[in-house]
Amino acid sequence: MSIPNSGIYLDNNATTRVDPEVLAEMLPLFTEHFGNPSSMHGFGAAVGGKIEWARKQVQALLGAGYDSEIVFTSGGTESDNTAILSTIEAYPKKTEIVTSVVEHPAVLALCDYLEKKRGYTIHRIPVDSKGNLDMDAYKAALSDRVAIVSIMWANNETGTIFPVEELARMAKAVGAIFHTDAVQAVGKIPMKLADSAIDLLSLSGHKLHAPKGIGALYVKRGLRFRPMMRGGHQERSRRAGTENAPAIVGLGAAAHLALTHMAEENTRVKAQRDRLEQAILAAVPACFVTGNPENRLPNTCNIAFEYIEGEAILLLLNEQGIAASSGSACTSGSLEPSHVMRAMGVPYTAAHGATRFSLSRDTTDAEIDHVIAVVPGIIAKLRSLSPYWEQAAGKAKEFAPVYS
Amino acid sequence: MWNYTDKVKEHFFNPKNSGVLETANAVGEVGSITCGDALRLMLKVDPDTQIIQDAKFQTFGCGSAIASSSALTEMIIGKTVDEALALTNRDIADYLGGLPPEKMHCSVMGAEALRAAIANFKGEAWEDDHEEGELVCKCFGIDAAMIERAVTVNGLTTLEEVTHYTKAGGSCQTCHEKIEEVLEAVMARTGALKPAAKHSPAGVVGLDAIQPLAQPLAAKPAEAAAATPKLTNVQRMQAIMAAIESMRPQIQRDGGDVELVDIDGKDIYVRLTGACSGCSQSAGTMMGVQMKLVEALGEFVRVKPASLLPAHAH
Repeated sequence: MSIPNSGIYLDNNATTRVDPEVLAEMLPLFTEHFGNPSSMHGFGAAVGGKIEWARKQVQALLGAGYDSEIVFTSGGTESDNTAILSTIEAYPKKTEIVTSVVEHPAVLALCDYLEKKRGYTIHRIPVDSKGNLDMDAYKAALSDRVAIVSIMWANNETGTIFPVEELARMAKAVGAIFHTDAVQAVGKIPMKLADSAIDLLSLSGHKLHAPKGIGALYVKRGLRFRPMMRGGHQERSRRAGTENAPAIVGLGAAAHLALTHMAEENTRVKAQRDRLEQAILAAVPACFVTGNPENRLPNTCNIAFEYIEGEAILLLLNEQGIAASSGSACTSGSLEPSHVMRAMGVPYTAAHGATRFSLSRDTTDAEIDHVIAVVPGIIAKLRSLSPYWEQAAGKAKEFAPVYS
Repeated sequence: MWNYTDKVKEHFFNPKNSGVLETANAVGEVGSITCGDALRLMLKVDPDTQIIQDAKFQTFGCGSAIASSSALTEMIIGKTVDEALALTNRDIADYLGGLPPEKMHCSVMGAEALRAAIANFKGEAWEDDHEEGELVCKCFGIDAAMIERAVTVNGLTTLEEVTHYTKAGGSCQTCHEKIEEVLEAVMARTGALKPAAKHSPAGVVGLDAIQPLAQPLAAKPAEAAAATPKLTNVQRMQAIMAAIESMRPQIQRDGGDVELVDIDGKDIYVRLTGACSGCSQSAGTMMGVQMKLVEALGEFVRVKPASLLPAHAH
């Protein structure tokens, strides 16, 4: 079987290809529509109109009540930081923040900082072995001292979905603001924020076939908001700075396409994901799916291959033209495997070999066939090198070196 | 994506000497599945000639761990045990055309497995001092534990001093916040940090809250001499020279050397040469020399690289 020339891209939770239709919408913004939307002339007005069109597309994708609830930002990280920093500034007397142990670093690192440098009490809600949130711990953490709850909609590594609507209602009951980092969920899960208790939601353009460097923060109408960036009236003074007009229009176009393809994500893409997963589980011994397979994003599959290390897997996949990602320590430059794998209590024997395949609407059946064909050989090759693997018996063996 | 050399890729994609060596009479096992890499090195050594006739490995780890293991076996086959012992982790890294700083520990693992295997062959007990913390300075491969040791042993109080002693933070400077966190943590533990600043939303603990250690940093040469009446200046100099001399064989085994350049009160200036110069472990070597001297003299001294000598002394 031949490898497609462009390679097989199964790392769509990291970033996606810009859709050609998105690019086509953007290009005029670099050429004839170069004006500053704030300017009092035709050049500016044309761009301003495109930005408001884009805002309406994002509104539609989120099912938001008003287009003015959409604030364009530079991406997921800025949206997350803005949501949390705005809320704690708006409620200075509240001293606690609730989040989960499996959040993206955009939330976790900020919470660590606020704990260390600003004295906030941070409740990091644990998860069980399938990545489900500990609801009792969540309930116990909620009180009128909590300024904001920030819990992701879907996990980037496992795709596991949290019950954000229920979490938001519980937060509202104690007067806390509810924020969700939905960068992985937007475009894959239908949303209707107009009827939701969610106050703030982060999304990122490059996760849904828009370019990098653009995102949005949904801010429910009437919410107390304090801008992080000051210096201009843009985005109704909630995010100063001349608009990144081409990228905003790109995000608008991508949001429109995501809505169109929502059903496809949850049928065709999901079926491809399931086929890939079942085939690998059937062909490779000593591997298992991490997260909650019953309740996860339709495009994500995370398989832990025991007794081998993720970076080595990725390098060999890359040789076959396949792009995936790993929760292994070695790929990130840290010495610990992913915090998500550790939070779920995935044993170290498997956490180092956790490999994520994330599909998109670009994924083809032929690509899935090729991955299914080569993965078992790659795993077997690495296991033949591993001191933890008994080749003949096809199982793990005792190996206890002098130090750990 | 790591920037691996072609040599690393060659040894990863087509590892040499992988698998089990049934006829092995020396086995070294290091690492663990917890820290993400582990290596079993198997050697067949001729008991008469002491020549390593064959070597095989099994490695759990990333691309550079597998490549380092493969390279190691290629480097030692045909060597005598003693020749092999002269190899350092730097030699393995050099053989591979270099490794990214985050991956240098893979070459260390190889060198340690070799020592463990040879100790096994000689029937010696093998103890390692392998210790790994969070990598703080990626430019020089310095981890938090190493910075903590430097700060504790030398009573360091500023980022600048940490950089001088460990090189950490001396290149791209992006790790300065992390270094300051380590510094604050150690100083809080040793009491050099004002305990007052109980974190509150309003209060930010900055470096201004940190006071320098009172003793013995500021000791002048005259006071130093007074504080150690047991030794005359000549005796003290001889003790320092003897202590450094006693350390040289060990450092030479790693392909380096150390030379005494000057003694200025509590500041002892030395020069590291050979494999030590430019080695990311050199700060550790300096610290080892310092600990040895403190022990030999019964007083606190600071070992500094000769490059820090005041200008007029050159």
